[in-house]
Amino acid sequence: MMANADFPLESASPIAGGVRRVALDPLSRVEGHGKVTLLLDDAGHVWQARLHIVEFRGFEKFIQGRPYWEVPVMVQRLCGICPVSHHLAAAKALDHVVGADELPPTAEKLRRLMHAGQILQSHALHFFHLSSPDLLFGFASDAARRNIVGIAAAHPEVARQGVLLRRFGQEIIRLTAGKRVHGTGAIPGGVNRALSPAERADLLAGIEQIIAWSRQAVQLVKRLHAADPELYDHFGTCRSSLLSIVGAGGVLDFYDGRLRARDADGRVLADAVHARDYAGLISEEVKSWSYMKFPFLSAIGPREGWYKVGPLARVQNCEAIATPMAEAERREFIAHGCGRIVHAPLAYHWARMIEMLHAAEAIEDLLHDDELSGSELRSSGARHHEGVGVIEAPRGTLIHHYRVGDDDLVTMCNLIVSTTHNNQPMNEAVRRVAQRYIDGQELTEGLLNHIEVAIRCFDPCLSCATHALGRMPLVIELLDASGRLVGRLAGAPDALSSGGGS
Amino acid sequence: MNTPTLLLDGLPVPFSAGQTIMEAATAAGVFIPHLCHHPDFKPQGSCKLCTVKANGRYVSACTMPAKDGMEVENDSPDLNDKRRTLLQMLFVEGNHFCPSCEKSGDCLLQALAYELEMLTAHFAQFYPDRPVDASHPDVLLDFNRCILCELCVRASRDVDRKNVFALSGRGIGKHLIVNAESGRLADTGFSLADKAAHVCPVGVILAKRQGFLQPIGQRRYDRQPIAMQFASLPGSGGNGPEA
Ligand code: SF4
Ligand code: FES
Repeated sequence: MMANADFPLESASPIAGGVRRVALDPLSRVEGHGKVTLLLDDAGHVWQARLHIVEFRGFEKFIQGRPYWEVPVMVQRLCGICPVSHHLAAAKALDHVVGADELPPTAEKLRRLMHAGQILQSHALHFFHLSSPDLLFGFASDAARRNIVGIAAAHPEVARQGVLLRRFGQEIIRLTAGKRVHGTGAIPGGVNRALSPAERADLLAGIEQIIAWSRQAVQLVKRLHAADPELYDHFGTCRSSLLSIVGAGGVLDFYDGRLRARDADGRVLADAVHARDYAGLISEEVKSWSYMKFPFLSAIGPREGWYKVGPLARVQNCEAIATPMAEAERREFIAHGCGRIVHAPLAYHWARMIEMLHAAEAIEDLLHDDELSGSELRSSGARHHEGVGVIEAPRGTLIHHYRVGDDDLVTMCNLIVSTTHNNQPMNEAVRRVAQRYIDGQELTEGLLNHIEVAIRCFDPCLSCATHALGRMPLVIELLDASGRLVGRLAGAPDALSSGGGS
Repeated sequence: MNTPTLLLDGLPVPFSAGQTIMEAATAAGVFIPHLCHHPDFKPQGSCKLCTVKANGRYVSACTMPAKDGMEVENDSPDLNDKRRTLLQMLFVEGNHFCPSCEKSGDCLLQALAYELEMLTAHFAQFYPDRPVDASHPDVLLDFNRCILCELCVRASRDVDRKNVFALSGRGIGKHLIVNAESGRLADTGFSLADKAAHVCPVGVILAKRQGFLQPIGQRRYDRQPIAMQFASLPGSGGNGPEA
């Protein structure tokens, strides 16, 4: 078998010099899984680090042959944390199929509200429930309390706000989508229900507090950065291009816009690319050691063309945020980079909280808009055979692409999810963290948690690629050069169990 | 003259001559679980969901004529256990994926599963391979959900006079077919206006492009459990969607 110098094959025979293989493997294989393999040599130096994600592509096949109107409901099973993003991306793709290129304002605003609720609940979950234990207690702190229960004991106010922020987002989803999970609110061409003035008033009663807590969350992340700039600026840092959609006028927009890519220094590489032209912008590379594809910007090529998506990309890809408090925070964030693009994975959390604040402010603006209670919910026009929908899911750009026959059945489905876009950056971050922290060290749970921390900056659970339900429990296995098991470590407990999983 | 009366779970239920146990119960506002029964059609007694004990013997309530003085056991743990098992077998024989099914909330099979507190499928799934028929411009046939109740067969034959549907095969191989040389719905005289287009108690015969226009949560069995609908609307006894 061939093994190139950069990525020796996993299955290659033991490498001369005695290489130990350390594999982090999840306990629960049922819900999809990721695995980190560390190849160590005799001296304990990290030889290679790789993140393997078994991406479940069965969905694309499953959807072929199904009627198109079923798709926005069905695709929600793709992710346990952000089902609404798939729901909306599919609906947007199918809007084009039913000829609804412009939605009635009521429909568009209800979808925007639903999506802002999704960003709010997912970002709150990602930061408070899944990441704050690492950040507040330390990456190698006692694993038994490194969870939301531990946070509730040590920082009750932080835990409470996290839980209530998430609940507010879920309530918006329930009211716009019909159910808290797996709703049916968005349909091809529009939505099936508006918000009553009473429902809006109920939500408005709580929004001020939500905005205040979101502001505090940004302050909390800034304090963490200020307390340990060395860690926060350098942990797993890897330069790459950035990709996201950008709204009209260059503003941050989670729901709609054109694709923009910047290089690692911030120069715009591609701009105003329509979603339907995504295939010209990015290509996907297959590597022998991973089931998951590695997307890259076609213009640059596979070696250098990989990119980050998600909060860190979005906040630096746009020129402004349309709501005042989040915009002020964005400026401060940009200033932190001193004219350079911030590439630090831990800065994802900072950007994430700025986005959560924007979502909260946008929710308030939308709730004041009487069009949310309008009666024109759908539109349609000349049928098309193809549609592409792009949306900024909480963890990054999400592309849904369908072809539909004259008989209304889906004939082709292609999905590119955020985790896949971030595949290479996550690999790079894992490699850097492994080299910096694991190298030459005796393995401990705390050291291996450093790797999880790096992955969690991007993605709390790898769930949209693997359809897991917000879990990333890892098991570490130590194999010697002959493949013999010489050690085993049980990893993080289920981080979501106390967070009221979806 | 005395009105004939039967005792349904101890409750005196008067009936008129010629009525079945099902008809007598429905008129009295008492729900007897059923799938293949529909008040507009001749009973055929195939699904056995309506099994009751009449004078100590298991019978189908939808076909058994009511008799004066008959003692009928309906809502008992023994009968509901058997009915739940029948439902579980129906669920695993087809592909019933309620979370993304457009019939959810309007589906009789799902409503009964809730009513009879079916918590799991219990048996191993068959996962049959049943391609949909999307050939007709207005109607989709999703055979994955067919429970072989033959309501569409009866409606198309007896009301629409078109004979579009039939059952074919035996035992576990039994399945619904479309009466056309090609086997495709587009090659029959079927129309969305047919009675047969509106009787399917589950999600097989579907008007195209309507799927999720009605929000989940506002559908027939979302509003009220099925047994209570019988109690509040004695005499209606519908099966399948409200037209
Ligand atoms: S298609 Fe519907 S009505 Fe016809 S036999 Fe099957 S379940 Fe019954
Ligand atoms: S309803 Fe009586 S046998 Fe089906």
